[in-house]
Amino acid sequence: MTKFAELLELDPYCLDKTQKSKLLTEELKNLTEFHQQHCQAYDNMLKGLNYKRENVYSYEDLPFLPVSLFKSLTLKSISDAEVFKTMTSSGTTGQAVSKIFLDKETAAKQQKTLVKIVSAFTGASRLPMLIIDSPSVVKNRLMFSARGAGILGFSIFGADRTYALNDEMEIDFDAIEAFLARHQGQKILLFGFTFMIWQHFYKELLKSDRKIDLSQGILIHGGGWKKLISEAVSPAEFQKRLTDVCGLSDIHDYYGMVEQTGCIYMQCEHGHLHASNFSDIIIRNPKDFSVASFGEKGIVQVVSLLPESYPGHSLLTEDEGVVLGEDDCPCGRKGKYFKILGRLKNAEIRGCSDTYAAKF
Amino acid sequence: MSNLEKYTNAFVTCFEVDEETAKRLKYQDISAWDSVGHMGLIAALEEAFDIMMETDDIIDLSSFEKGKEILSKYGIEF
Repeated sequence: MTKFAELLELDPYCLDKTQKSKLLTEELKNLTEFHQQHCQAYDNMLKGLNYKRENVYSYEDLPFLPVSLFKSLTLKSISDAEVFKTMTSSGTTGQAVSKIFLDKETAAKQQKTLVKIVSAFTGASRLPMLIIDSPSVVKNRLMFSARGAGILGFSIFGADRTYALNDEMEIDFDAIEAFLARHQGQKILLFGFTFMIWQHFYKELLKSDRKIDLSQGILIHGGGWKKLISEAVSPAEFQKRLTDVCGLSDIHDYYGMVEQTGCIYMQCEHGHLHASNFSDIIIRNPKDFSVASFGEKGIVQVVSLLPESYPGHSLLTEDEGVVLGEDDCPCGRKGKYFKILGRLKNAEIRGCSDTYAAKF
Repeated sequence: MSNLEKYTNAFVTCFEVDEETAKRLKYQDISAWDSVGHMGLIAALEEAFDIMMETDDIIDLSSFEKGKEILSKYGIEF
């Protein structure tokens, strides 16, 4: 059985520091070598860095590529014929977008990992699903963005998928009421992007005379906080306001990016983002890129076991974050838990909800 | 309508192909059966047979033939 197949059999948050470090060091070293052999540009970069496998004692020693490199370079470790899907990042108009090349195997791994991680929060059975977005996002397949891909990736957890907004991004009360009537007393799954939920759902719900009761719901949302931070809405405030307006209290933010689709970082009931067995985060000191201590803020590096079709297994993001601890979150999950503080200064706006929010 | 007819019909309707083409289809063979089309197909099959498939089965349903095998787990015989 491959390492990946083994991991799929386990609880996604079961490995402690020692076990996980061993796994990641071994597997990521192999992935680095694989990409050196299959991606010329990557190999050139590593030669430039004077990379030597024998100097790597921990996965923290592995080289990392800036995530922006996927905008300017075509980086893949498969032939053109093997490209199954090309994912592009969300980017506001005028910004360059990342291009991520997937083969069938990597795409399948991403989907399976996502299922593994999210099921740990929603349960194994699929739930009736209300998507807080407009159906037009997935309609135009040629314009398939990270936002559409996000909705689609999560759709697998839902049954009777219903869109809460119409094509004009207005609340479709009739559709929501009919949906809730069909699933009275049942747990329901809600999914959306943070800013869309705030702007088109929460704010409009507040203004409207019509009330909806989502106290049976579990909400998963992601895509960036930038705009809400500028409106001075903290994550805690966001949750509280949603509870006030529609009874929704089981709310989970997630952190993830198109360059490492699948292994998202889910927020637990104690408000912490968690790294699963499939990936990890390392905080780097911006001055010398050394590994920051827990509690010290710095640049977020992400590593993932999934990327085989492109050399994206170790990336330096443009986000700022802080690791809060490891293996000892009160929720019981093993692995690192952390907080994202925002984007680095002068970095481009990205994130499904942030790029959309730039229009407001 | 027999189960096979119902099953084939879901492919014919979702992907706008004739029956003969439908029976040979694999995921991604035609542009209509992409990841968006896939979720549409799953919804159509679930409605036609009044079942709720598990997430792993949704991922594994990668061809017309494979789908029959998967549906048999839900007590649907062909």
